[in-house]
Amino acid sequence: MEKSQIARQGEDKVLMELRGISKRFGGVVALSQVQLVIYPGEVISLVGDNGAGKSTLIKIIAGAYQPDEGEIRFEGHRVRLRTPRVAKTLGIETVYQDLALVDTLDVAGNIFLGREPTRLRLGPGLHILDKCRMEQDAEAILHRLGIRFASVRNKVEQLSGGQRQAVAVGRAIFSEPKLVVLDEPTAALAVREVEHVLELIRSLRAEGIAVIFISHTLQEVFAVTDRIIVLRKGKTVGNLSTKETSIDEVVKLMVGQERSLVADNRAG
Amino acid sequence: MLLALWRLSPYFLTASNLLNIGSQISMIAVISIGATAVILMAEIDLSVGSVAALAGAITAGVLHGIPTSWPAGLWLGVALVAGLGVGTLAGLINGFFTVYLSIPSFIVTLATLSIGRGLVLLYTGGRPISNLGESFAQISWGHIGLLPVPVVIMLGLYLLAWLFLRETQLGRYIYAIGTNKRAVELAGVNVRTIELGIFTLGGAFSGLAGIMLTSRLDSAQPTAGTGWELVAIAAVVLGGTSLYGGRGSVAKTLVGAFILQIIANGMNLLNIQAYWQQIAQGSIILLALLVERQLRRHGGG
Repeated sequence: MEKSQIARQGEDKVLMELRGISKRFGGVVALSQVQLVIYPGEVISLVGDNGAGKSTLIKIIAGAYQPDEGEIRFEGHRVRLRTPRVAKTLGIETVYQDLALVDTLDVAGNIFLGREPTRLRLGPGLHILDKCRMEQDAEAILHRLGIRFASVRNKVEQLSGGQRQAVAVGRAIFSEPKLVVLDEPTAALAVREVEHVLELIRSLRAEGIAVIFISHTLQEVFAVTDRIIVLRKGKTVGNLSTKETSIDEVVKLMVGQERSLVADNRAG
Repeated sequence: MLLALWRLSPYFLTASNLLNIGSQISMIAVISIGATAVILMAEIDLSVGSVAALAGAITAGVLHGIPTSWPAGLWLGVALVAGLGVGTLAGLINGFFTVYLSIPSFIVTLATLSIGRGLVLLYTGGRPISNLGESFAQISWGHIGLLPVPVVIMLGLYLLAWLFLRETQLGRYIYAIGTNKRAVELAGVNVRTIELGIFTLGGAFSGLAGIMLTSRLDSAQPTAGTGWELVAIAAVVLGGTSLYGGRGSVAKTLVGAFILQIIANGMNLLNIQAYWQQIAQGSIILLALLVERQLRRHGGG
């Protein structure tokens, strides 16, 4: 499957490739021989029922879990994502569902949490914050994402769910990642705000950043992705071009009416 | 309230009485700096009074052991090192148990409150250690210009703490830890070291307050600092800092400490029994918690 796909993509370089990934928790097989390829600037989605293995797979990509078997290649090199930090260094940023924002800090403070620009170093930990630069840079990043806030000095707790997602994504792209994993970014959002998040994903793609988008809502997946990977019971059962498939087909794969061979052949 | 007190007793608003209040609150105010930082991280330190008493007692003991022929500066230096050392060590112990052994700080510092007081009684044999010398008394009774030394110490430390919390990276992390510790950890910040550092610093502030009190009384009292933890917490919450962490300001804690002392002074001037002060302090904490609970429920934050 991989070979034909790569051949089909021709000159395109593969950004990340997972081969034969398996993961067990005690006696439970969470993932079994999972295959995944993602190209630069491509938006893909992992779909599957609860327990299909989506979050385990994301955590392996983020460096939070280690696979028991299989090989991960990033930009052509075989890599071991021992920790989330290693993954980040390679250019893989993950935005988790619970966002990990600090409500009492402002927008700029959240985007720069843990890497604040400073202008004077007086000793260990006594770095004076460069708040001006922080605010300017935060505005620049949000502008890149096509987002305007009334002020980056607003505390995050005053923001809507969609705006919070934007802050979290802004935080993720600060380090110029090559791949951003978004774990159910639309799960807790009002319908009106979902469109903003989808727009956010499109701006990432426009920047050449690859995105793995997780959502339970197939309409959202179809609205924004190039390719859909279907997982069922820890296996990859579908690899479909979004343009050439339908919600109906994806649902059938998710619940197990086999059409995976057909689907695999059409993938790319 | 200030006006009411002034009408009832014209002595109240004179400059000398205000400086007097400043000296009186300086010890609690210094402790409340550490308490503010600890509470901003959503932790608590109940051991401050015992630690202050222990630091004061050991300082007094050390001073008695120094030959009178030593120069005054050296005297003071040794006293400060002893008192601050005891406080720092106590803070380090509080921090270690809380941060590295994951025991709630409430329980850890309740235990060290008891241990600290026991050590003071053991060390002093239950008797005050007095007559500590003229130069040591200067820490509390000397003046720098027009201002009493304790007021200078207090204002200086508040200025530093205010700048630290507002303008530095570490100061920002203290707020962030109190709001969402996991997020700060995920951002790659070494949260444990910061927590340990703040508990330790809190202990050092308690030690300093113990030195100041001992100097003020020219005596280390075995029961010194009893109930200070409550006064400090009352000052912090009266200053609007949230006991749930993440919100507040150290500058307002100073205002809180001032208000508490003004209430106490007012009660004295009006000849109200001192027992009511304890009732007032406890009530202030309960009231502050109630108010914050309501704000959280209705304000969504």
